[in-house]
Amino acid sequence: MYDYRAPLRDMAFVVKELLGLSTVSRLSQHEGYAEATDELFDAIQEECARFSQEVLSPLNKIGDQNPARMETGRVLTPPGFKTGYEQFVAAGWNGLTAPVAFGGQGLPNLMGAPAEEMWHAANMAFTLCPLLTRGAIEAIHTVGTPEQRQRYLPQMVSGHWTGTMNLTEPQAGSDLAALRTRAVPENGHYRLTGQKIFITYGDQDYTENIIHLVLARLPDAPAGVKGLSLFIVPKYRLNSDGSIGPANDVRTVSVEHKLGIHASPTCVLSYGDEGGAWGELLGEPHRGLEIMFIMMNAARFSVGVQGMAIGQRAYQSALDYARERIQGVPLGMKSAAPIAWHPDVKRMLSSMKARLEACRALSYYAGQILDLALGEPDPHQRAQAQARSDLLTPIVKGFCSESGLWVANEALQVFGGMGYVEETGAAQCLRDARITTIYEGTTGIQANDLVGRKLLRDQGEMVRSLLTEIKAFLPELNHPAVPGSLTQTMAHVLGLAEQSSLHLGKTALSGNLPQCFGVAVPYLHLMGWLVSGWLMARSAVVAARKLEAGTQEPDFYQAKIATAVFYAEHGMGVSTSLHRIVVGGGPALDGMNPDQF
Amino acid sequence: MKVLVPVKRVLDYNIKARANAEGSAVELSGLKMSMNPFDEIAVEAALRLKEAGHAAEIIAVSCGVTACQETLRTAMALGADRSILVQTDMELEPLAVAKLLRQLILREQPGLVICGKQAIDDDSNQTGQMLAALLGWAQATFASRLDFTPGASRVEVTREIDGGLETLSVALPAVITTDLRLNEPRYATLPNIMKAKKKPLETLTPQALGVDVTPRLQLLRVAEPPPRKGGVLVSDVAQLVDKLKNEVKVI
Repeated sequence: MYDYRAPLRDMAFVVKELLGLSTVSRLSQHEGYAEATDELFDAIQEECARFSQEVLSPLNKIGDQNPARMETGRVLTPPGFKTGYEQFVAAGWNGLTAPVAFGGQGLPNLMGAPAEEMWHAANMAFTLCPLLTRGAIEAIHTVGTPEQRQRYLPQMVSGHWTGTMNLTEPQAGSDLAALRTRAVPENGHYRLTGQKIFITYGDQDYTENIIHLVLARLPDAPAGVKGLSLFIVPKYRLNSDGSIGPANDVRTVSVEHKLGIHASPTCVLSYGDEGGAWGELLGEPHRGLEIMFIMMNAARFSVGVQGMAIGQRAYQSALDYARERIQGVPLGMKSAAPIAWHPDVKRMLSSMKARLEACRALSYYAGQILDLALGEPDPHQRAQAQARSDLLTPIVKGFCSESGLWVANEALQVFGGMGYVEETGAAQCLRDARITTIYEGTTGIQANDLVGRKLLRDQGEMVRSLLTEIKAFLPELNHPAVPGSLTQTMAHVLGLAEQSSLHLGKTALSGNLPQCFGVAVPYLHLMGWLVSGWLMARSAVVAARKLEAGTQEPDFYQAKIATAVFYAEHGMGVSTSLHRIVVGGGPALDGMNPDQF
Repeated sequence: MKVLVPVKRVLDYNIKARANAEGSAVELSGLKMSMNPFDEIAVEAALRLKEAGHAAEIIAVSCGVTACQETLRTAMALGADRSILVQTDMELEPLAVAKLLRQLILREQPGLVICGKQAIDDDSNQTGQMLAALLGWAQATFASRLDFTPGASRVEVTREIDGGLETLSVALPAVITTDLRLNEPRYATLPNIMKAKKKPLETLTPQALGVDVTPRLQLLRVAEPPPRKGGVLVSDVAQLVDKLKNEVKVI
């Protein structure tokens, strides 16, 4: 078993050197952003790493081997998880980025993302619970009435209550228009009936209450997604003084048996078996999906971080193994050596390292942009940041989760047969990582969102602004310590992304939308390589300047440049084929007919 | 009662120490530094005294380079109320540290000093003892248990000694040094990490305290232990005994 060690130096590089905390700490009117100094960042990172490594990580395998289960109608989490959660809450981690007015620290996402990475890498199944609570906090904070905020948020920010997100029903997965759960008004509140599935931490034995956010239809609701409203449905109803009251009419029917994240209880919840579950409306009627998307966007960003994080755990264990497993004499060496020195294993390790660093930069960058979208005082700049954030969300979720899964798969390959054996933990990483490209919207849904809502809806404006910024950066790569090939690759991939975006725009204008959406996933990947490659190239420039100025860590910065070059040559190389699929693959897809399969 | 807790910034215990290229010192550049683990136990002991109502204020003290401020912030994030850095770039020997602490103690008048029994970098195990001698205070080293009676002028300290445990009744004020099993240090909470930024951190110099910290020892060389040579598989016990007796000549 190989234990997780937080890559603190790499994280600090992205946050402090590549992106810079001053970009968000200057937003001093917003929440606790002014506190975001390098010194505080270091202090938080160190303690968060300790907690993740010493408390959360040792529970990871226990959770895998002892799945969450149901006993006499209630859910029991794996041994040690309840204590772990209590420690997590007691240490105040739940409130890291939560609103200051309700007991959180209100720190920026740029500081929250690295902490989240550590928790997910240490124990992804555990961290799903605070992830969802955070999304629910955001939804209630954004659209709740002052009374609702006061009623629920203090307990949720502290972590004494958790939150869930209830969308899916047996007949309504990606298509939420098919939702059937009903909410009927009754004396100023509502009675809900219906069944929800795939509810992560829908029940648990950690806390005395759980706040479910449930999508349902009002009696006068129009059909389709425009007829969905969002309701707050607590597991236990609250007395007028806010204390815990009688049990609500919510029942856990069962807990799923899954491929991975065994410790996370994925529940089937039944509302209203005894006449209707008590609920209160959150936000305006029929606007539920919009509000749910507040939660969903926060969760999509987090799943991007999560995908990268689980990849990091897998990579670390593969690296440890490759450094100690001695097999054969590597080419050009005289005696038997660890497998890390065999050219192909070295290539796999390098690919994983580069892709993780690229995804880390990408996801933290998305956190930084999210902070600007929340905290920029100037409305125009705030709107621009929001547009960039909207564009990045599907790319971060799609590309980082696909990358994490890819890394977990490669890591298992490095272990060879030992990886296929559960003992090494490589298999658990792969099984756990597998869900990240599915939940909170599959990669296909992310790609549809990217092409439909982000590229086509505003005639390519958001994408153009990003491509223009990347183009303006290219001259900075002219530094003696940065190889010219990096500039060439960046310029090439930028051109491919431009052409691909234009092609999709033209195809849509000609009315051939199925062709656009048929190549949306390759387009998402292409954009992922481009944006993450841009951030890697920026990293190389930062490193080159550090080396030029003189540093005590020459090896670290040289490796940053080498990794950016490796990423461009070995990773971004696939952009050419992705571009080819985007501009030429549509008609071939048209020629395929599932009836003939 | 005030409690003073000296804390030392050392190479993190997870990092394998290596000699630098010149063999003149342990390599520290770019490596993670942390609070000496025995000092973490001392901080925890002080916090528990405060939580039990025996201590009113906890003062963390560190002697060394400017970066020791981080170690003091860590102590304050755990719950120390304020801290003092005696800032110097000089290599400090245990006696110099003991003299610096003595000056601070004369100024602060704590009722108790709790320090780690030794630092994991030089393993000297001297500072606490020297400090007690310089002050003329009682000392109890290698503590594995502390028993305070409210209002009493003595404290009961259980010590780990060769072959067992020894319990002393120590007159206050006293110097106590901590052993591994005294307690399990807590994790700093996020709100306390944030509060620690605002707690007072005073910086002094050895000159200001009137202490000459010039080293009395000369460091000749730092070398790593020779690497282990490959082992030999023996076929049976008889062969093992034979080798131990005739080859290695240890029995």
